Amino acid sequence: MSTLEIRDLHVSVQTETGPKEILKGVDLTIRSGETHAIMGPNGSGKSTLAYSIAGHPKYTITRGSVTLDGQDLLQLSVDERARAGLFLAMQYPVEVPGVSVANFLRTAKTAIDGEAPKLRTWVRDVNAAMDRVDMDSEFANRSVNEGFSGGEKKRHEIVQLELLNPRFAILDETDSGLDIDALRIVSEGVNRFSAQGDRGVLLITHYTRILRYIKPDYVHVFVAGRIAEQGGSELAERLEAEGYDRYVQAAKQTAAAGAE
Amino acid sequence: MTVIPNVAGALETSDKVASHLHPEGSFDVADHPIPTGLEEIWRFTPLKRLRGLHKDAPIATAGPAISTDLAEGVTVREVGANDPVVGSSGYVPSDRISARAWQAAEVVSVITIPREAVIVAPTVVTVRGEAVDTASAQHTVIVAEPFSRATVVLRFEGSAVLADHVEIVLGDGAHLTVVSVQDWADDAVHYSTQHALVGRDASLRHVAVSFGGDLVRMNVSVEYGTSGGEAELLGLYFADAGQHLEHRLFVDHNAPKSKSNVDYKGALQGQGAHSVWIGDVLIRKAAEGIDTYESNRNLVLTDGCRADSVPNLEIETGEIAGAGHASTTGRFDDEQLFYLRSRGIDEAEARRLVVHGFFADIVRKIGIPGIEDKLMEAVEAELAVNIGTPAGAGNIGTPAEATVA
Repeated sequence: MSTLEIRDLHVSVQTETGPKEILKGVDLTIRSGETHAIMGPNGSGKSTLAYSIAGHPKYTITRGSVTLDGQDLLQLSVDERARAGLFLAMQYPVEVPGVSVANFLRTAKTAIDGEAPKLRTWVRDVNAAMDRVDMDSEFANRSVNEGFSGGEKKRHEIVQLELLNPRFAILDETDSGLDIDALRIVSEGVNRFSAQGDRGVLLITHYTRILRYIKPDYVHVFVAGRIAEQGGSELAERLEAEGYDRYVQAAKQTAAAGAE
Repeated sequence: MTVIPNVAGALETSDKVASHLHPEGSFDVADHPIPTGLEEIWRFTPLKRLRGLHKDAPIATAGPAISTDLAEGVTVREVGANDPVVGSSGYVPSDRISARAWQAAEVVSVITIPREAVIVAPTVVTVRGEAVDTASAQHTVIVAEPFSRATVVLRFEGSAVLADHVEIVLGDGAHLTVVSVQDWADDAVHYSTQHALVGRDASLRHVAVSFGGDLVRMNVSVEYGTSGGEAELLGLYFADAGQHLEHRLFVDHNAPKSKSNVDYKGALQGQGAHSVWIGDVLIRKAAEGIDTYESNRNLVLTDGCRADSVPNLEIETGEIAGAGHASTTGRFDDEQLFYLRSRGIDEAEARRLVVHGFFADIVRKIGIPGIEDKLMEAVEAELAVNIGTPAGAGNIGTPAEATVA
């Protein structure tokens, strides 16, 4: 049983006109076995939340804490956070020319486990993981994400999720840009991961579409850098019908009131 | 002879246009004044570190020891400077050091790949210097007779001040790979001029690999015999603190339907590491239907490095299949590092992966497995200097500005 706990998280980025606060006090607790969906309009800070937890250098944490079973994640480097059990599936997975998928996966697995995987079972595991997301094993010889289609990149993220098997997975708009078949394949991968029972998922999405395949235990509406409302999966259905407008207007009024 | 209409003639670029792509070559040293460092062809080279090669420092006729490991079927012989094979590539010295070295070399090694011979094993010529107190000259001619196929590896090691010429002559339909590895000790100065004449439908692959030396300047040039020749010029270099590694390419598309592809990649690390890449391509009026592309990419690993990269394309006919160039100089891609590190890979290992990946496509293109492995090992050894073992992670300086001229 593990807990990923985010408390009063404030995050800024540097802009040409000085620092700009993106996250304005986020509180969120995810326990193993739970799937949380964070939904919100563009620019609400959803991705900032994901990248801040993972440790991207672009974001400066000005207040608050992120802990994993009490361990302060913010004191750890990016790779130490990953080795502590965190995984971020990115919206735009990065191309790494000249580094083969096979080499990348083996290096990552070795780093996470602290020892090299057994050669025989490892090749089989990789092939099986790729097969489950309908990726040809030929991809193992290609450079990481280079020349992959949008859908192939996302499926490659799921292959990594399954092979590295972290305690907590943050999925940043993994559904964006996917056609219906790819969406189903990717969702099934996430469901296999959660079905282990002791893994936590933070699913960040703009659309409700993916929630037809992945059933969250909790839904959080994210607007203007903080959580505006929380509920169960019924909240997602309401968002599907009503959209984010109500929350956006309310946030604007709050901001205007604060400015006076 | 075809008569060119007056108007069209007036529109054509004159051969008299002042351009360093139209060098006035001469074998006579007196025709090449001592450079001041302001000349286009000298402006990137630290003349002070040339140990007087560009002035009048004596150049000995006998240079570093040469040992040749011949593949079966390949022959080597020594000839005098007056032998007709000397100069058969069509090269005429276009700078003072080259002219001086040409005059100084009294004995010329001629490596011959016989007609129609297909030779898989590489011929390896190792030049090993012992000291830097005197400068010396060497001259080698590699003749790939028609329809032959072979690989010649030139290895430069040890300490020396060397000015040399390598002439490469490809007969019709010949396929030749020449790999020149500058793996010198830290104090070596090497001024190398390598010129190829690519025959009809012949194909040259030339690979320059520069790791060692205080100053290495390679002038690699190609011209074509008749039509249909191909030249692929690849390069890989790794400049450390204080090193000057300069590669100047010149592809003279003087014949129709000829092709060239230039692809050089370099990494730089440490205070005062300096790389220079000049990619000159001249497409002459006669060179219709040619195709050329040149690319140089530099990866700056630490503070205090300078990478100059200048592609030049001079086109005298519009009737071509393609002509282009690309040049990039950048530091580590933070997003690549973040991606790798977000998978648990520590910073040192992530940097190593990115650099490996950066060089991998060039190394793969060389197409000689034994050499590929050695090159990757050499890259690994260079990386160990600054990036260190995983235990030393995080000690790397903040990557800095690179300059692109």
